[in-house]
Amino acid sequence: MKHRTFFWFFLPTGLAMLLFIAAPIVSVVIQSVTAQHEPVLITVETCTPFSCTEETTIDQEATRELREARPLGRFVGLDIYLDRGHLAVAEVAEAWRTSDSIGAFFSELGDLPFYRAIGFTLTYTFTVTPLLIILGMAIALAVNTLTQKLKGIVIFFSLLPMIVTPLVGSLIMFWMIDNRGVLGNFLSWLVNDPDLSVKASTPLMWIALIVYGVWHSAPFAFVVFYAGLQTLPEDQIEASQIDGATRWQQVRYIVVPHLMPLVTFVALIQLMDNFRVFEPIVGFNASAHATSLSWIIFNDMGGETRQLSAAAATSVLTILGVAILLSPVLVRTWRDFKGKM
Amino acid sequence: MYLKTLTTAGALAVLSATTALSCEISARVSIVGNEFPAIQTVGAGAQECSGAEVSTNLTADHQQINVAGMSGNPAEYTSAIIANSSIVALMNADVIRPLDDLVEAHGEGLNRNQLITINGQVMAVAFMANAQHLVYRADVLDQLGLDVPTTYEEMLAAAEAIREAGLMENPVGGAYAAGWNLAQEFNNMFIGYGGQFFEPGTAEPTVNSEAGVQALEMMRALSEYMNPDFLTHDSNATNAEYRAGNVALMNMWGSRAATLVTVDGVPQEVVDGFAIAGPMTVGGGDIPATTLWWDGWTVASNISDEEAEATFIAMMNGIRPEMMEDEDIRTQAVWLIPGYEPTPAAVGVFAAAEMGSVPYPMLPYMGLMHTALGAELTDFMQGNESAEQALADVEAAYRAAAREQGYLQ
Repeated sequence: MKHRTFFWFFLPTGLAMLLFIAAPIVSVVIQSVTAQHEPVLITVETCTPFSCTEETTIDQEATRELREARPLGRFVGLDIYLDRGHLAVAEVAEAWRTSDSIGAFFSELGDLPFYRAIGFTLTYTFTVTPLLIILGMAIALAVNTLTQKLKGIVIFFSLLPMIVTPLVGSLIMFWMIDNRGVLGNFLSWLVNDPDLSVKASTPLMWIALIVYGVWHSAPFAFVVFYAGLQTLPEDQIEASQIDGATRWQQVRYIVVPHLMPLVTFVALIQLMDNFRVFEPIVGFNASAHATSLSWIIFNDMGGETRQLSAAAATSVLTILGVAILLSPVLVRTWRDFKGKM
Repeated sequence: MYLKTLTTAGALAVLSATTALSCEISARVSIVGNEFPAIQTVGAGAQECSGAEVSTNLTADHQQINVAGMSGNPAEYTSAIIANSSIVALMNADVIRPLDDLVEAHGEGLNRNQLITINGQVMAVAFMANAQHLVYRADVLDQLGLDVPTTYEEMLAAAEAIREAGLMENPVGGAYAAGWNLAQEFNNMFIGYGGQFFEPGTAEPTVNSEAGVQALEMMRALSEYMNPDFLTHDSNATNAEYRAGNVALMNMWGSRAATLVTVDGVPQEVVDGFAIAGPMTVGGGDIPATTLWWDGWTVASNISDEEAEATFIAMMNGIRPEMMEDEDIRTQAVWLIPGYEPTPAAVGVFAAAEMGSVPYPMLPYMGLMHTALGAELTDFMQGNESAEQALADVEAAYRAAAREQGYLQ
C-alpha cells in the first residue's frame, strides 16, 4: 500500500483510537498527579431539625477562588501513588524492617489495600485463566464429536453463562451459596457441618469467585476453540489414524498444536479480563474477603466523598499491571511475527 | 414489592383526588434520591405536577451518581434528595444553591425547623427525621419472660436466653455488610461509648481510642449471635432475616421498620410479634448508641432559575401538608411536615430524639472516615486482627485519603 493511501485508510481508526483510548489515559494520568485544592474551612452556625450548632464546613467562596485560579488542582507528583492506599512505600519499608520472618512480612502486606487486592487479583487471574482454557478446550472437543442435530442446542446451552450479565450471574450464584441456598445447603450436608457458611469464610469465598470466573468465561474459550476445530487438517488426522494414534494422541500431537495460536489469543484476552475482576466481588458482596484493583476504584468513587485522584492513580496502576502481565505473550507474538517475515 | 407498589398507587389515587389545586410548573424537574417508601412518596408527589416533565431516579446507589449528575452545566438532576451525611458531599462539590429567595416566594407553610440553614443560608428543606432503633419480636421475649432490652448488654443477655431456649439459632440481626453499613454500626456504638471522631476543630482522627476498642468488642460480641454471613447483610438482607422469623432483636432504621412486616409472605407470628422500641445505650453511657438523621431535598446550582423555581414548586408539592391526611403515608416515616401526627411506628425515632441522641456529624471529612471504617474493620470482625490494629488501619487509611483531599497536611 502506498503511504498516502495507508494514511487515509488508517486516519479514521487512528482518530478514534486517539479520542477513545489515548485521551482518556492522558486525562487519568493527569488526574492521578493532581489533587483538589486544600479546602478553606470555616466554623459556622448550622441549623437542622434537631438543633443549631457550630459546625465546620467549607468556605465555598474562598475555595472557588482557589479553584478558578488553578482549575486542575494542586500538583502532588507521585504522592498519591506512594501513599498507603496505593504502593504504600513507607508502610512496606516499615513492615520489612520490623517483621522477623517472610511470613510476618507478607501478613503485614496483606493489611495494605493495594497488596491485598493484588494478592487476590493475581491468584484469581492465574487460576481462572488456565482452568477456563482447559475447560473450554474440553467442551469444544466434546461438542465437535456430536451429531449435527444435537450440536446447535448444545452450543446454545454452553454459551449461556457468557450471555448472562456478569452481575446477574454472580448474584444468582451468591444466593445459591447462601447457607440456606441450594449449593450452600448441599455443601454443609456434605461435610456434615450445619454452621458451614461459604460467605463467612475467606478461602471458600475465593473458591466460589474462582468457580464463578471459570463458569462465566469458559464459553468464550469454547467458541474460539470450536471455530478453530473446523479448520483441522483432515489429512494429518487420517494419517495419524492409519499410524494407529489413539484419540488422546491425536489431540495431543495434532489438535492442540494446531489450535496453539488460538490458545495464545484466548490467554491474552482472558489475562487482561481477569486482572480487572470486578462484578463477582460486587455481586457476591465479597469485599470483606477479596478485593481487586477495580473494586478499589469503585470504592474510592462510591463513598460520600469521591476520591477522584486516588481512583485515577489505581487506574494507572491497573494499566501498568495489565501491561506487565501481557508483556511475555506480546514479546512472543512479536518474535513469531518477526520470524515469519 | 408488589404490595409496596399497590400502597403507593393507592396513596396516589387518594392524593390526586384531594388535590384540587393542581401544581403547575414550566420547566423540567429531575430528581435523584435514595429508595425507601417515604422518598418514593415524595417523588410521586412531585411527579403530580403538570406543565413540564418531572422524572425521578430513586436508587440505593444515589450517592454514587448525585454529585456527578449535578456537576455538569446544565446539571442532569435539578434536585437531590439527601440526608445529613450526603448533603456534605454536595456542599463540598459546590453543586447546590441557597434556597432563601425560593423559600420566600414559594415556601409558605414550611416549619422553621424544616429549613437546613448553614451559615445563614437555607441549603435544604427537610421533610423527615430518621434514626436507628430497636425492633424486636414481642412474642419471643414474652415467651421467655424477658424485658425489652434498653442496653446492648441486655440485648446480648436476651440473645443468649433465646438461643439457650432453642427458639432461634441467630436471634440478633444487624446490617453489618462490609462498607457503609458496617461503618455506620461502628459509628453508633462508638458514639454510645462516648467516642469522638476527630480532635475538635481539626480533621485529626481520634477513633483509635478506648471507646473505639470497646465499640468493636461489643460489635464482635453481637456478631456471635448473628447469621454467620453478617458481613454480607445490608439493611435489606437483615430485614429479610427478620421477616423470615430468624431474628428477634435488631437495630433498624425507623424509615424501614415502619413498613417491615407489610410485605407479602411474612408469617403471621412475625407480623403479630412485631414491635418497636427506642435505641439502646451501651457501656453505662447516657447517649444512645445511634445517630439522628434528617432527609430533605436540595436544588442544583448549575440550572436555570426557571428550572430551579419549577423544581422547588414540584418538591413542595411532594411534601404538602394534605399528604398527612393519608394514614399509609403517615406510617411511612417521622415526617417533619406540618399536620403530621405520629403513628405507633414512629415511637423508635421519637424515643431516639427524646433520649438526646446526637445527629450524624455534618463535617466535610466525615465521609472519608466513613469509607475508611467500612473498608478496614472487616479484618477485625472476621477475627483476623486486634481491635487496636483495625483502628490503627482505619486512621492510616483515613489519613491517606484526607491528605489527598487537602484536609490534612
